[in-house]
Amino acid sequence: MALKTEPFALNIGPAHPSTHGVFRMRATLDGEVIVDVEPVFGYLHRGVEKLAEQRTYTGFIPLTDRLDYLASMSNNMAYCLAVEKLAGIKVPERAQYLRVILSELQRIASHLIAVGGFLNDCGAFMTPILYMLREREKILDLFEMASGQRLTYNFMRIGGVSQDVPEEFMPALGKFMAQMPRFIDEYEQLLKENEILIARSKGVGILPKDLAINSGASGPVLRGSGVKWDIRKADPYAIYDRFQFDIPTGIMGDSYDRYRVRVEEMRQSLRIIKQAMEQIPAGPVRAEVHHLVHPPIGEVYARIEAPKGELGFYIVSDNSIAPYRLHIRAPSLINLTALREMIIGWKIADAIIIFGSIDICMAEVDR
Amino acid sequence: MARANFNVISQISPLTLPPDWPGGFWWHFLVFTIIIIAFVMSMVIGFMYFERRAIARMQARLGPNRVGPFGTLQPIADAIKVLLKEDIIPTKADKIVYWLAPVVAFSPVLMIFAVIPFQNGALLADLNIGILYVTAVASLTTVGIFMAGWSSSNKYSILGAMRDIAAVVSYEIPLVLAIAGVVLISGSLSLNQIVLTQDIPFILLQPLGLFLFFFAACAEINRSPFDLLEADSEIVAGFHTEYSGMKFAMFYLVEYAEAVAMSAIITTLFLGGWRGPWLPPWLWFIVKTGAVFFVMVWVRTTLPRARIDQLMAFAWKFLFPLAVINLVITGVEILIFPVALPWGIVLVNIGIAGFLILLWSRFFQIGWGRVEV
Amino acid sequence: MKFEKFGTGIAKGMVVTLKHLLRHPVTNQYPEQRLNPSRRIRGNELVWSQKRCTGCGTCAKTCHQGAIRIVTSPNMVSNRYEVVEYEIDTGYCIQCGLCVEACPYSALYLGRTFEKAKYRRGELVQSKEIMLERPDRPVSGYFYPQFAEKLPRQTLLVERITEKK
Repeated sequence: MALKTEPFALNIGPAHPSTHGVFRMRATLDGEVIVDVEPVFGYLHRGVEKLAEQRTYTGFIPLTDRLDYLASMSNNMAYCLAVEKLAGIKVPERAQYLRVILSELQRIASHLIAVGGFLNDCGAFMTPILYMLREREKILDLFEMASGQRLTYNFMRIGGVSQDVPEEFMPALGKFMAQMPRFIDEYEQLLKENEILIARSKGVGILPKDLAINSGASGPVLRGSGVKWDIRKADPYAIYDRFQFDIPTGIMGDSYDRYRVRVEEMRQSLRIIKQAMEQIPAGPVRAEVHHLVHPPIGEVYARIEAPKGELGFYIVSDNSIAPYRLHIRAPSLINLTALREMIIGWKIADAIIIFGSIDICMAEVDR
Repeated sequence: MARANFNVISQISPLTLPPDWPGGFWWHFLVFTIIIIAFVMSMVIGFMYFERRAIARMQARLGPNRVGPFGTLQPIADAIKVLLKEDIIPTKADKIVYWLAPVVAFSPVLMIFAVIPFQNGALLADLNIGILYVTAVASLTTVGIFMAGWSSSNKYSILGAMRDIAAVVSYEIPLVLAIAGVVLISGSLSLNQIVLTQDIPFILLQPLGLFLFFFAACAEINRSPFDLLEADSEIVAGFHTEYSGMKFAMFYLVEYAEAVAMSAIITTLFLGGWRGPWLPPWLWFIVKTGAVFFVMVWVRTTLPRARIDQLMAFAWKFLFPLAVINLVITGVEILIFPVALPWGIVLVNIGIAGFLILLWSRFFQIGWGRVEV
Repeated sequence: MKFEKFGTGIAKGMVVTLKHLLRHPVTNQYPEQRLNPSRRIRGNELVWSQKRCTGCGTCAKTCHQGAIRIVTSPNMVSNRYEVVEYEIDTGYCIQCGLCVEACPYSALYLGRTFEKAKYRRGELVQSKEIMLERPDRPVSGYFYPQFAEKLPRQTLLVERITEKK
């Protein structure tokens, strides 16, 4: 005899301890199984793309900091690359190397929070995230030494970086690089083979390969599904073709694979930083550019491999001091479009884990 | 019924208390009620502080250290804060059930301590069905939790309460079967007698029993890795989402008091209760309870949370068969080897426990979680 | 859940947590112990030099938040602009430092303190008397390396805590 049940609607609401930011999912549940989910966002919309038309090109850089606030250097770099491509400005060598070092350090910092947050959602009572934050403090100390702030750096300028790093930066970076691999090993020992973690995340939230490509996913979400696509290798920008590194990919496309891809990417970033530290030359760090940039009439799209995926800036200019139109291709938003296929059929507890493993930042989704 | 002869009652502690110690039944009742309430309250406060400091040191930070010397007054500050909060009752809640739920959840926990011996004969009531009384009373807490979840008229609370009922009912069986093994060896249900027969602590004679009992106890009292009822990251706070003020404090107390109670029971059944050299017996009791509690805190800091269907599968497919096999093997040992050397039995038991756990791990598997929609 | 490795994954994790019990914690007791911030810290106030400022207003034009307000009047006697009012609303300021980079006469610097919370929003507006440079208030070394060298060294976490191998 079958019991008559009926599905009920549950609001995994905007104010929830564990959605990363203000995000709302209207889920329809049958028992504990989710049969339909409808994501609702827009709670953090600030109109950044419209604000760009009121500010100069240089004056917009602090606003790009606040897009994905956990990876500010990457956002700065993407925007500066777009404007430099449009205006044809050449960046000096030392600035290129400094940009690469800072980008890769920022990638490590962002992945630390992503992995820590994912493990926190699995229920490990904040122990993993506190270990991660301790290592992230070391990276933030380095950034504070270079730029003066800990979260929104405003360090890159159109034509280079804002100023040269102080002389104690490189020795401190060397000390950090000596300690970090041991920490990643200890972290793997804590949680890589943990049976409960494997049970919670292996096979959960599978994103098949063709769906990942068709929905436009990028970053660790795409690489976790087995597609070997990294913009640093496929469409190299800013001297990444001078370094040797591997691209880790997953096999199945479940949450465990995405977690593993992020941890391996941290190791590859350490490799790149080491090579850049050996090759960096002396010289100027900023091209001679007027602080009111007048790019010629035209449009440009420039993209980088941000920690969360492919971050792109599309700028239309009409030869004035402000862009005519600026659009930001936010990786978190495009990765979210595959959420419904990943969540249906699982339980509420899994929905939180799957959502955490995509690693979004709501400020980027809503802009 | 044959009883194992390799554990004779010897070395009775010189301080044996008669059953009506100060003078008559009613004085004994009053004195011990006061002792139990004081003990439970102070142990709960001490354990709360100890847990926060231990978790903090394992996470590379300091614990509370501002309120009082070394932060020892922190739980009292928490209690005062909670008393001063506004008591909000949702309009659609069932008022009487909502009000009664914390009371129904907390009183059975205090009643468990009536039969736990602090010293030889120092119990409120030396029932000769001691451990059976404990299992019966410990299940009443679940009724309180379900009342809380149901009367809150909140979908998250009902989800939490339903999960709790399923989990507690499933884990009762390995709990009781592990206790049955201990009872078979010691030959009595009374907790005082069980302690007196432990010349060799039962952790060595029943290692599989301790393993089963520890995990079943963690599930009964909703602690990590089975604390999906109060999973902060999923269903906000489970059955006590809508509670604030002193009622919330009662639920919080229930969790810690049950942890103290289960630690005390593990100490009594498996570690030898109050027995030990050159320290007063009640101090040994507190030290051993603290050690068991430290293991619970250690497990909580490290492990992530299991999902509800994984929880049930662990109970029914892993712990339950092991519990039945443990009971059968203990019974066989008692019937066949009543006068064997105790240390031989210890080695045999440890060997069998290790072999069984390894064998079961090899073949244990639960299904996938996805349901076709 | 499978226990193919017989629960050793869980055991390894618990060993790591236990090892942390024996290590030094990394927290810092804030009001009693203060660490040295960076030499280039972009603090929550600005420092203005009346001697060098000519009232050109480049800082006000560069600030994209519109937080700087400058009013000048011509002084026929000394043949330069007098700055009558110079106010910065630190509630709007996001401490980006673009005004400091833009000033052509090096008359504006960022301060070093970040503990400037007030109870009323109106008190956050700093007028020119508050912002004058004084010898007891060091300026931050942001964009001016010659000042950065005189400031104390930043405390780094990589040097404070060295974990044993």
